[in-house]
Amino acid sequence: MKIHEYQAKELLRKYGVPVPRGGIACTIDEAVAVATRIGGSRWVVKAQIHAGGRGKAGGIKIATSLEEVREQADKLLGMRLVTNQTGEEGRIVRRLLIEEAVSIEQEYYIGITLDRAQMLNTVIASTEGGVEIESVAAHSPEKIFKEYVTPCRGFLPYQARRLCFNLGLKEKAVEQGVTCLRTLYTAYTGLDASLIEINPLGVTDTGALIALDTKVTFDDNALYRHPEYQELRDYYEEEPLEIEASAVNLNYIKLDGNVGCMVNGAGLAMATMDLIKLAGGSPANFLDVGGTASAKTIEAGFTILLKDPNVKAILINIFGGIVRCDRVAQGIIETVKNVAVSVPIVIRLAGTNADRAAHLLQQSGLQFTVAKSLSEAATIVTQIVQSRQ
Amino acid sequence: MSILVNKHTRLIVQGITGREGTFHTRAMMEYGTCVVAGVTPGKGGMYYSGNEIEPFPYPVPVYNTVADAVREQRANASVLFVPPHHATDAIFEAVDAGVSLIVTITEGIPINDMVLVYDYIKKKNVVLIGPNCPGVITPGEAKIGIMPGYIHTPGNVGVVSRSGTLTYEVVAQLTELGLGQSTCVGIGGDPIVGSRFIDIVKLFNEDSETNAIVLIGEIGGTAEEEVADYIRQIVKKPVIGFVAGQTAPPGRRMGHAGAIIAGGQGTAAEKIYAMKAAGIVVVENPALIGYTVMQVLSKN
Repeated sequence: MKIHEYQAKELLRKYGVPVPRGGIACTIDEAVAVATRIGGSRWVVKAQIHAGGRGKAGGIKIATSLEEVREQADKLLGMRLVTNQTGEEGRIVRRLLIEEAVSIEQEYYIGITLDRAQMLNTVIASTEGGVEIESVAAHSPEKIFKEYVTPCRGFLPYQARRLCFNLGLKEKAVEQGVTCLRTLYTAYTGLDASLIEINPLGVTDTGALIALDTKVTFDDNALYRHPEYQELRDYYEEEPLEIEASAVNLNYIKLDGNVGCMVNGAGLAMATMDLIKLAGGSPANFLDVGGTASAKTIEAGFTILLKDPNVKAILINIFGGIVRCDRVAQGIIETVKNVAVSVPIVIRLAGTNADRAAHLLQQSGLQFTVAKSLSEAATIVTQIVQSRQ
Repeated sequence: MSILVNKHTRLIVQGITGREGTFHTRAMMEYGTCVVAGVTPGKGGMYYSGNEIEPFPYPVPVYNTVADAVREQRANASVLFVPPHHATDAIFEAVDAGVSLIVTITEGIPINDMVLVYDYIKKKNVVLIGPNCPGVITPGEAKIGIMPGYIHTPGNVGVVSRSGTLTYEVVAQLTELGLGQSTCVGIGGDPIVGSRFIDIVKLFNEDSETNAIVLIGEIGGTAEEEVADYIRQIVKKPVIGFVAGQTAPPGRRMGHAGAIIAGGQGTAAEKIYAMKAAGIVVVENPALIGYTVMQVLSKN
């Protein structure tokens, strides 16, 4: 689960991570009020969206007077911000973070996440702050330093010190750096995060460390331990159909293709999307109704699929193991009877009671194309896609 | 021979009296798996024979602890139908009770909990399969997990996969073509799993009854690259591979917690490249996996 920068900073501040003074604003007047409350003569006005690359895209501005705060807030609020991570459609800016501008002498990168190859959490530091860590990893991997955390010992002081020395920190900054890194690790485990990034971590002209930009992502599997995170969810940042799907516990991801698909199981769903692509089509979505899907979840999933206006054909691929295909067929038939469907539907049901399911579909009097195998389904989808081009 | 499970496996079901536990225990028993005990804390001392909807073919003793079940019934494997917030505790209990195989079906265990589990089990003489997996089956002998037994048939193809239903699809293709399976292992779709591709491929490579290995990977992580490197160096048996998620967008979790392209890493293209470089026959069309295995075997 993703949250906004301002929410991440608020959470980390509670753990004792130094962050700039600031406040959130949803209107121009609020932006000016926050700047006034903070005081000083320079502020940063930052668009709050769930995507990186905001600076380059013009979503982060410096203001040197309250009048400029007002101007920048006016420009940013309601703007469609397109960054290298948002896709072409971009994101509407609905909130701004107004912060004191801090004079920075040096910038670093700090990150904590799971290293899947080592199966250990890893604290990552780099001297190349303020740029995307992926590009540093690609071009100058020698500037990235890592410490693996053995869970029974935790993140040890010497490991934090080693990172600080590797970054070239000196004297007082080392001590501060160690405290900051260890505090971040405490926050990482305490928050059940799957990622914490401070990029950049700045060193001010007085030698103090400060987290200028922060990103916190929660481990979705641990959300049950943190019901309070529900308040941090920003529905504006999610696709309406994805919100609807998540409300009924379905895994749905909207894509920009034209062949909708509904599959049980994540692996088979991805493989079905690949098959659509091989057939010359392009998947409109990922939809996993679960390895143990019932007729009811099939109905819910199918309903969501039909709401996507880009969908020109639908491929349903169910491998009935625990779920019985005839139950699935009933769910599909009920849904089609209740919703007007104008696109061709190709159905491939395999496994338990597949024959009975095919019979039900044929007897329904509704327009389905029933495929016997995965390859037959792909061929039919190809024909439909080609005939519509 | 086969790997991990066979007709001599003596299985405990942790969470046997729950809805899922009851349903799948019956299916495992009917397949022929030797289920020797169940564990449900607080219900020790009873005999459980399922319920009205899911009657067991035979009753099994229920114990309060895994240690009791292991001691009384000489159990050597355990399968977990335990919700996420109790699952790691149940895994630790099974490890400490001394079983040699633990299959964790549970989906949704927090990552940091699994970091702890993995750190513990790697020092122990135990194989953990999962979490978030369908389990392990040696066709005709025993199944530990939730896969539909009837699609499998005994034979010499080893199947290992991060997925559930995609594995069933592949197995059904193999069975239809008359290609039986030695053992099928679903290692699970989470970022941290007890056994990775490399661990299972090592076992298949040493198994005299496995003639070919089918490897079903997906986007996210580097487990496919890791096993490809091992196969290139060590494995002489033919390996047929598939990677799901060629059309998956970056940064999105594709159903499985582990199926995510993060920081530009873990793409299907990278994995396919590594697998081909290792001499693995990579199938692009998921409908043709069984067919490709047949072709490869007929050449050998």
